[in-house]
Amino acid sequence: MLSRVADSLYWTARYLERAEHAARLVDINVGLMLDLSRVSAERRWKRVLAALGHPRDIEWNNDVYSLVHTLVFDTNHPASVTACVIAARENARQIREEISTEQWQRLNHLFHDISRLRPLSPSDRQLSEFLPVLIDGVHLFQGVTDTTLSHGEGWQFLQVGRFLERATASATLLAVYHEDVFANMEETVDAYTYLEWIGLLRVCTAFEAYCKVYTADLTYERILEFLLLDAEFPHSIRFSIDRLHESLEAIEEESHGQNASELMRVSGKLKSSLGYAQVSEIRAQDPARYLRGILDQCRLIHDLIYEVYIQYSVQTALAM
Amino acid sequence: MIQGPAVRFRIRSRMSTTLSRGQFDNRLLREYFLDDAYDEMFAVDGSIRPHYVALLDLLASLPREELQRRKQSADVSFLMQGITFTVYGREEGTERIFPYDLIPRLVTSAEWDHIERGLTQRITALNVFLHDVYHEGKILAQGVIPREIVYTCQHFRRQMRGLQVPRNVYVTVAGTDLLRLKSGEYVVLEDNLRVPSGVSYMLTNRRIMKRTLPYLFRNYGVRPIEQYPQALLSTLRSIAPEGRPEPTIVLLTPGVYNSAYFEHTYLARQMGIELVEGRDLVIHDNIVYMRTTGGLKRVDVIYRRVDDDFIDPLAFRPDSILGAAGLFNAYRAGNVTLANALGTGVADDKALYAYVPAIIRYYLNEEPILNNVETYILSDPAQRQHVLENLDKLVVKAVGESGGYGMLIGPQSTAAEREEFQRRIEANPRNYIAQPTLDFSRSPCLFDDGSVEPRHIDLRPYILFGDKVTIVPGGLTRVALRKGSLVVNSSQGGGSKDTWVLG
Repeated sequence: MLSRVADSLYWTARYLERAEHAARLVDINVGLMLDLSRVSAERRWKRVLAALGHPRDIEWNNDVYSLVHTLVFDTNHPASVTACVIAARENARQIREEISTEQWQRLNHLFHDISRLRPLSPSDRQLSEFLPVLIDGVHLFQGVTDTTLSHGEGWQFLQVGRFLERATASATLLAVYHEDVFANMEETVDAYTYLEWIGLLRVCTAFEAYCKVYTADLTYERILEFLLLDAEFPHSIRFSIDRLHESLEAIEEESHGQNASELMRVSGKLKSSLGYAQVSEIRAQDPARYLRGILDQCRLIHDLIYEVYIQYSVQTALAM
Repeated sequence: MIQGPAVRFRIRSRMSTTLSRGQFDNRLLREYFLDDAYDEMFAVDGSIRPHYVALLDLLASLPREELQRRKQSADVSFLMQGITFTVYGREEGTERIFPYDLIPRLVTSAEWDHIERGLTQRITALNVFLHDVYHEGKILAQGVIPREIVYTCQHFRRQMRGLQVPRNVYVTVAGTDLLRLKSGEYVVLEDNLRVPSGVSYMLTNRRIMKRTLPYLFRNYGVRPIEQYPQALLSTLRSIAPEGRPEPTIVLLTPGVYNSAYFEHTYLARQMGIELVEGRDLVIHDNIVYMRTTGGLKRVDVIYRRVDDDFIDPLAFRPDSILGAAGLFNAYRAGNVTLANALGTGVADDKALYAYVPAIIRYYLNEEPILNNVETYILSDPAQRQHVLENLDKLVVKAVGESGGYGMLIGPQSTAAEREEFQRRIEANPRNYIAQPTLDFSRSPCLFDDGSVEPRHIDLRPYILFGDKVTIVPGGLTRVALRKGSLVVNSSQGGGSKDTWVLG
């Protein structure tokens, strides 16, 4: 397929995944503010900003509602949830004929829904309507994608974008929580702590799945193991990298003619390392460094995808 | 209801007694008035033309709610497919669903045969003309056409002098606009030989009509048109450069913001070819490639929907980002075919139009089968004088424009508008032509209140020229939906109808 089309598919998926993750992050944290907490608003929301990768031009200025408004509704900030959906739709529009009619309609629907629900001023009530609509909308798009688009090269690029974004977002989130929450843990874990840990799991839609595996007995080590290494849970980093690698393999096969060996090596190595890792080893070293290592690999994979499939130089291509 | 002094009308009081079946519901035709223009459905004496009987029968037999329901369901189909067109010239440049009318325009088999022969003759002559004008220029040397008309044409491309075009095919896709005069004769209003559009509306109109009024199709025996994409594909294949037996064909589009983008995606999908933008193309060693995830893939034929001016920043407008640098060199080297060729605009220039009958006679030694409309060349002082004295009766057009812009319709103009055009004509007479205001034919249209009224229509058949000439029966019928309006162009609020060529 055309490189430009692959590029647009990749970004459509990445932006939607990003919007979903950010929406849940904001939603859960606004909810956590309802209970009495030992975490100050300042600490909480600085943590959120760090988990979102420190978006440019957005800073904590002592006003939760205005920050939340910016993070969710402000279209002038490329990192906001609304801006991400708009960007996804714009990307999809450029390649309208490459995606199914149902996909386009779903995305349009989502866009119009969130345009309709956008409040003119920050307000709790509207947020609780808006965020579920957005999250549902993204899920619907993914469902329609899986059922109406042939699982060929185009579909694979969508998966690559989605899972690379998911792995990046989860790794960033875990790294931030490790430094802020887990690194300075007290001996006794109390109700307040539990609330924060449940919050973390909920951001990854992981609470119930965690309980099925470990029961409701929360420990840091198990949370880390679940979100990082679980082979079956869709939001674990390992799961994301497994799917990413699968899709990259499928693309390599379909597009024959490109030299993807370096890309496959880096991706394969990351997949194996997560496949054979043990949480005790990770804890013994430095979880934060381990997670940052994963982020570096993800960034490298992104660069290599561009080098191999999208922005290769003419000289290299003609030498094939 | 009267729009201009030239239009007369009389009430159809005899209608119910002269129609062949007396049960017509008069509410349908309550607002149907005839005037001087040829009416597609009714003859001068008020009798219904035989081939329209079944059509009117069906319309009269359907209750108004049923007609409205069908219209609405057809509207939804258009909406779902995103068949829109950008309308300029108002405050916004907005996307609108392309307006259409439910009542098809009928063309008899005999009428069509005549049109087909005329169009085939015309496109053949024009292709030879283009080759001549970009090579020896015999027709100019022998004074059949004044050199100035050709060389002062802004679409004449000096870069094309001496360039060998694959199979000598300059115009692969042409859209020629036809009108029907009072006498019922079809004449050519203008040729569109650069980047003619509208064929996707023709195809989707047909598809939606089949779903909306299926019974009519069965009764009538309408010649199919769905083969257009296959015919276009095979035409494009036939003009590939030598030595490329399995040519890679692409459609080059300016992109999503172009007003005809829907058509580009539609055709690419129907033909099964890649839709590319300038930025997907890479030219290396005078060979054109497209950038794919599987590496660079060579391109042999480009069905280009990008204007000459924007196609290559190294050869034409340097500020263009819609084309590909080096494309013209690849073209000159014979490594890629462009359909249509560059520089075809000299043959659809409105000033040159007046000479097309002479072109047909010169190259083919035949009399034109389809006539032109009488045209005044304003660079000629005597003709210019006459036109300026009669601006209120004539239609003045700027030669380079399309889409109905840059036009003065005398009988419907204000004194201020006429003064403005006089100024423009005197400043640059080469840029204008004038024609008499034609009362071209009208066809019944169905309106929301359930009534049927006549509106002016034209016809744009699409002619494919490659190893042979292929003309899909019918074409796009455009309607001036506004009462009394003579402007059918979609970009100025016109609409379309399905065109049926009967078995």
